[in-house]
Amino acid sequence: MEELLVTARNNPLIDPGLQIWTWEVAMYLFLGGLTAGVMVFAAIMALTNRGDEAPFASTQLAVFAPVVLSLGMTTLFLDLEHKLFVFRFYTAFEITSPMSWGAWILIVIYPVSFLQIFSTLRSGYPQVARFVDGAATGRAILDWCERHRRRIALTAIPFAIALGIYTGILLSAFSARPFWNSGVLGPLFLVSGLSTAAALVALLAKRHSEKVLFTKIDLALILGELALVALFVINLATGNAPQLDALGSITGGPYTFVFWVLFVGIGLLVPLLLEVLEIRGVASRVAVIAPVLVLIGGYALRQVVLDIGQESTWTRYPTQYNAELLDRLKD
Amino acid sequence: MTRYAMVIDTRTCIGCGDCVVACKTENKVPEGLNRDWIVEATSGTYPNLTTEFRSERCNHCSNATCVTLCPTGASHHWKDTNIVLVDADKCTGCKACIAACPYDARLVMHPDGYVDKCTFCHHRVEKGLDPACVSSCPTRCMYFGSLDDPGSEVSRLLKTRKYKVLNPETGNEPNVYYLI
Repeated sequence: MEELLVTARNNPLIDPGLQIWTWEVAMYLFLGGLTAGVMVFAAIMALTNRGDEAPFASTQLAVFAPVVLSLGMTTLFLDLEHKLFVFRFYTAFEITSPMSWGAWILIVIYPVSFLQIFSTLRSGYPQVARFVDGAATGRAILDWCERHRRRIALTAIPFAIALGIYTGILLSAFSARPFWNSGVLGPLFLVSGLSTAAALVALLAKRHSEKVLFTKIDLALILGELALVALFVINLATGNAPQLDALGSITGGPYTFVFWVLFVGIGLLVPLLLEVLEIRGVASRVAVIAPVLVLIGGYALRQVVLDIGQESTWTRYPTQYNAELLDRLKD
Repeated sequence: MTRYAMVIDTRTCIGCGDCVVACKTENKVPEGLNRDWIVEATSGTYPNLTTEFRSERCNHCSNATCVTLCPTGASHHWKDTNIVLVDADKCTGCKACIAACPYDARLVMHPDGYVDKCTFCHHRVEKGLDPACVSSCPTRCMYFGSLDDPGSEVSRLLKTRKYKVLNPETGNEPNVYYLI
């Protein structure tokens, strides 16, 4: 047993435990994943011509991408400590920094996403399209986008996947934070992002066939997500001392309830069960609950992973500096 | 890459904290923030105890994850040395480097918001001086110099004394050595 006394270090956000990233970043990670899912499904629908079965996802969903992403980027901006220098993300490309990759991916996502919206604007939002068609340039743009709908969809998919997976890779790249330092985190965040987007469609779509289709898709994605959560936990449980230490926070430690009950239970297992019932036609009257829980679960995943990761560390100073002791000297 | 190292003799360090005060004075570190600190590690059960004093700071890692993960290049190695600096004009305050540091050696500068840290007093090193903490140590337990020069005091100490670095398993290749 070693007892440590750390003198004179009480840096805000860092001591006694890292708390540099709070809800703003968790919200961005969630909304970024949701955007990725929205773009992937809008693209898949465009490629598979499912306009009749799933009119909402085929023609109206794409508009959520830039809106949701902008909300996410706003919360991300709120997190920055040196806000006026935000433009510095775009005066450099650092190949070893996932955050730099992310900044540039975001720049590409916007135009691609707008092309996606334009390619289905006439069928999805006829009133807006009429307005755009009023101008010759607008009409030409919409014509061009409709002609290249497949090509736009094929372009959107890889960029959307890059957006969905980078948020996980970003955290996994921190070797200093054992809870994050796992390659599973990228795929886990991506699948979670796809799942939340499927849930959004199931929630907002009006046609029954579309709700059923996306409930089925979400079911498959939740199963995939559960498998990835299992791999993530196995990876920690078979890891080295700092990883085992990090695992402790969800196996009896302070995050056990949040991780297993709020995220895995209410965010994954309960909606999984509800969706199975719904597909069998048993619980269609409560069909709104499952997608809402999936969306909450998607946020919970980001928040809980963000919180635990910051607490997990190679350097533990169990005896904390006590500022009150200094105050006593002043008297 | 020129490798500068700090060597700290835990057997002569008494944990007085003069290095902490010297750093704050030299670098005008605002109240409430610290670039270096003292760890007093006691093990055993009374009366059979052993205590190690360590003056800790940024390890100016040769393979610094705070540099590789910085999205803007603000966190960088100074002039082809291992000295890690932050360019405040490039820093967005995203805090990725803080998460990347296994030693939690970084801080957010107040009130500005850019990330700040120990600089090994590169402004003094440039003039051939030791960092402020090293030159102010009353027990002379701290040494600074280049590891590339086999005749330097730090090289000699590491050849003749037993030493450790903190958390070498992280792969960051830290350059603050503790004589034990």
